[in-house]
Amino acid sequence: MKKISFILNGEKRNAYVEPNDLLVDVLREKLGMHSIKYACGRGDCGACTILLNGKGVRSCIILAIEVDGQEILTLEGLSENKLTSLQESFIDHSSFQCGFCAPGMIMSATELLNKNPNPTEEEVKEGLSGNLCRCTGYTPIIEAVLDVEKKDVDKK
Amino acid sequence: MAIVHEFEYFRPEKIEDVIKLLGEYKSKARLLAGGTDLVVRIKDELEFPEAVINIKEVEELRKLEFIEGKLHIGALVTFTDLIDSDIVREQFPFFWESVKTIASVGVRNRATLAGNICSAVPSLDSGPALLTYEADIVVMGKEGERVISALDWFLGPRKNALKESELVCEIIFSLPERKHGGSYVKLGRYKGEDLAQVGLGILALEGNEYRLAFCAVGPIPKRAKKLEALLNGKPLTDSLIEEAKKLIPEEISPITDVRATKEYRLHVAKVMLERGIKAAVERIDGNGPAYGEKLI
Repeated sequence: MKKISFILNGEKRNAYVEPNDLLVDVLREKLGMHSIKYACGRGDCGACTILLNGKGVRSCIILAIEVDGQEILTLEGLSENKLTSLQESFIDHSSFQCGFCAPGMIMSATELLNKNPNPTEEEVKEGLSGNLCRCTGYTPIIEAVLDVEKKDVDKK
Repeated sequence: MAIVHEFEYFRPEKIEDVIKLLGEYKSKARLLAGGTDLVVRIKDELEFPEAVINIKEVEELRKLEFIEGKLHIGALVTFTDLIDSDIVREQFPFFWESVKTIASVGVRNRATLAGNICSAVPSLDSGPALLTYEADIVVMGKEGERVISALDWFLGPRKNALKESELVCEIIFSLPERKHGGSYVKLGRYKGEDLAQVGLGILALEGNEYRLAFCAVGPIPKRAKKLEALLNGKPLTDSLIEEAKKLIPEEISPITDVRATKEYRLHVAKVMLERGIKAAVERIDGNGPAYGEKLI
């Protein structure tokens, strides 16, 4: 076992890990971050997406030991105080059916909007192309992301 | 699925220490950069390393620089770094266009070009650009540095010219001196993330020189020498393209697999050749479709 330290959702956390422990398992099982979903296990579906140092990554294909000294944001941290405009937009557009893909979708879309606050439909599709949804057929998800900016403007 | 296989983990900060560890563990060592391929292969029990050496702390492998017409891409440079680089987009737009088609954002944020060429899979989207720009791959081992041309790099599916105990330090793209245009045409099964059914990269240089390379239609990404011999020295005309299309079955050896049949790949490669070469030639003078636009 090796002790690793990292920032998880703004707080310093430690964990004892083996070199072959996956980040997804450590975050879910040891640290209770159950928003992260483990599905394909090979980086194809995006259900386990988290932000590592601000970038969307697949926690199912990262060794936990690699994140020593780094910064992680999960859905729990994103909506710690209140839902983000993006999450509200997902609710408004009924972008969930079973909800399994939603945390990963929201993390990927958050990264996209951080980088590009006013994306085109093509850019949204490209930004979410590594996140699979098997229920709603993507349209309400893409609409929710496209609508966020408008929502923020309405609020002001 | 958790990883069952157990291994030692190292995180050296200097190239010398990486080489020392590689010398110690030899074929039982695996280098970890992005990990998007390696971790899956350890999980799938296709690899059983005794030592996993994470090279992400080796700062000198992180450089992405354009010096005197040469683009130096360190082993830790990710595909996202390449896509976000103004220099790559402006100076090597055809390479940029290829890199944009690789996997998805969440994978590109971790995966590196060096890791990609070390995996050396037949469908390597970066392969055609490496082969047509004739990039150099700088590797380091205990005997020092070696430079391997991309043309000599790919030896077979998942086999490359790297020797045991060597690591890739950087990949160098040289800007062609003549005016040029390029195109990467990739056919996946759908828009969005997929491996290529057929990939074709073309670099067209002023003075009727054409360099073409395919991926996903043979055991390795490969230059299309017969096509180049036919095309070189001739201005591009419709009849020349028709002649070139007839040569395709002699040039590539696709197989039937879960993604497409051999016959389909042979057919669509001809369509891709026509669209790709027209775009590459038009782009020499800044015309044609914008880089990054889907050509098929």
